[in-house]
Amino acid sequence: MKPKLAVWKFSSCDGCQLSLLDCEEELLQLAGAVQIAHFLEASRATRPGPYDLSLVEGSISTAREQAQIRWIREQSRQLVTIGACATAGGIQALRNLLDFDEVQQQVYPQPDFIDSLATATPVSDHVKVDFELRGCPIDKGQLLELINAFLNARRPNIPAWSQCQECKAAGTVCVMVSRGEPCLGPVTQAGCGNRCPAVGRGCYGCFGPAERPNAAALSRRLQELGMDPASLQRYYRLFNANAPAFREESARHE
Amino acid sequence: MSESRIIQVEALARVEGEGALHVRLKEGRIEELEFRIFEPPRFFEALLQGRDYREAPDITARICGICPVAYLLGASQAMESVLGLEVTPQIRALRRLIYCGEWIQSHLLHVFFLHAPDFLGYDDAIAMAQDHPDLVRQALALKATGNRLLEVIGGRAVHPVNLKVGGFYRAPDPQALEGLRGELETGLEAARELARQVARFEFPEVEQEYLCVSLHHPDEYAIAEGRIVSSEGLDIAIDQFEEHFDEAQVARSTALHGLMKGHDGPYLVGPIARYNNNFEQLSGAAQALAREVGLPRRVSNPFHSILVRMVEVCYAFEEALRLLDAYEEPEPAAVEAAVRAGRGTGCTEAPRGICYHRYDLDGDGLIGEARIVPPTSQNQRQMEADLRRVVEANLDLPDGELQWRCEQSIRNFDPCISCATHFLRLRMERG
Repeated sequence: MKPKLAVWKFSSCDGCQLSLLDCEEELLQLAGAVQIAHFLEASRATRPGPYDLSLVEGSISTAREQAQIRWIREQSRQLVTIGACATAGGIQALRNLLDFDEVQQQVYPQPDFIDSLATATPVSDHVKVDFELRGCPIDKGQLLELINAFLNARRPNIPAWSQCQECKAAGTVCVMVSRGEPCLGPVTQAGCGNRCPAVGRGCYGCFGPAERPNAAALSRRLQELGMDPASLQRYYRLFNANAPAFREESARHE
Repeated sequence: MSESRIIQVEALARVEGEGALHVRLKEGRIEELEFRIFEPPRFFEALLQGRDYREAPDITARICGICPVAYLLGASQAMESVLGLEVTPQIRALRRLIYCGEWIQSHLLHVFFLHAPDFLGYDDAIAMAQDHPDLVRQALALKATGNRLLEVIGGRAVHPVNLKVGGFYRAPDPQALEGLRGELETGLEAARELARQVARFEFPEVEQEYLCVSLHHPDEYAIAEGRIVSSEGLDIAIDQFEEHFDEAQVARSTALHGLMKGHDGPYLVGPIARYNNNFEQLSGAAQALAREVGLPRRVSNPFHSILVRMVEVCYAFEEALRLLDAYEEPEPAAVEAAVRAGRGTGCTEAPRGICYHRYDLDGDGLIGEARIVPPTSQNQRQMEADLRRVVEANLDLPDGELQWRCEQSIRNFDPCISCATHFLRLRMERG
């Protein structure tokens, strides 16, 4: 019996699931190694659980999603979140910082139609998660490594060090040192493939906080470079605004 | 037939996002029909308030992982219109080139992964690959070329990082760009061959008169700029969009339904609308291909949308090669201007149709009110109208087949439900 793989979507942009479809040639190999039992974006065929590995995209932002994630957990031997939404709440978690009634009233005349919670939260706030894959979007190489590891009952080889290490390894000139360009790289987990610094742009933190980030030190440096408190606060509040290290650091500049 | 029949799909597959379908028939007549969207709202317009204008492209890109360039560019153009920024011809050409990459990858994803299995009777492309391995392998290889265009120019296939208000962070490596030529050339030939294979699919016969709305540019098949036109003679500048189009909230959907003011019926955006409005701007080769695969000058069968997508894929390959031949590195890679307050609009042809943006900025460049009108919400009413036509024409099919035909009909639109679902400020229609 081939192991059963399921892919689930919650509140998200579909980009992380798309990364799986973007695996192209490897996708057909993967389809040979596992039974894709539930992956609505790709197939109208669905097979009942239990599932050996569930990949979950998206944050939990409705009561229906709250119930569904519990059911998926019960049905899944291993549950892995893929991407910033499922792992930290994603961009929509910015609403956690706002008065949600106001948000709704401001933009929506009949909120009654809608089953929406005041917060968008990571999957791990609701159920036990076996591994969290970072990124907005995830990196497809990391995704394949993760699936391979789970199929072979080993820990995935996914480093938690910072983006700075990735720049060093790639030989990318530091945008902050050389040009005084603000960069979240020192506090952001590696793994994206060194995307932003490679085009001469500061990292915008889409892989979330690195292990033991020293955000206070980075903020001091950013202030020296001329960043005002409001900008500094926004700086940590993008796709991983709700990740604890970024959330706490942004709150210090309120 | 006197009994009631209910055709229900609780979670529609092979679409981007979450939608459902409900049809109730009684005595051979449709009593109720709805395409329901239950994708949770993410409130983008509210989240944008108070953000710096330079953040809007990356934030709105997260509305959709399939067509991020439509958001990156639409938001950038809107900001440029506030600032009075005019990008250079070199930046403009590079934007069109990366947009070709998005059309290629998005269209091929839809044609072969989401839609072709309906025509060939498979649950998914993986099952289809067992019987048609070359078809799927070829499509995957071409889709990868689209992604490589996004990577070389944009720095990443999903949510590119190299685009910004005013242009690009850095001009792409000329060698890497030139390195794409070979695969674009072979890709163009392969795409034409795939289009011929798609032409051999069996197409259900349905005729629908469409009110087609698209961008139009006199000199090129409109992708990233132009005026908004309709097949009934509308011809307006982008900043007049809201004078002519509106959206209504309906209970069954978390996306809003697009409306054209002063017009009762639905309107259509996307490949068929573009093709019908802009056939003359297609290249000679793309026009010839369209004729070869049996497309009429004016497409009215919604199931032909898959063929139109293939013609657009071939055009995008051709156009990418043309842009590569004419490529001049943008220097500087981005143009800049001082911040000022104002209102700006932007609109481009996302793979699924026109995607409109409008933002208000204050004197510090912070965003006030924002409005985004994605293609799928504009197409929702047309999707229901098509479904009605398809159900009426296929009442003799058994439930399972009728359900599948309905699903296929929804997929004609390549609905991007993730895009369609977010709340906008709107004028309420109370009846």
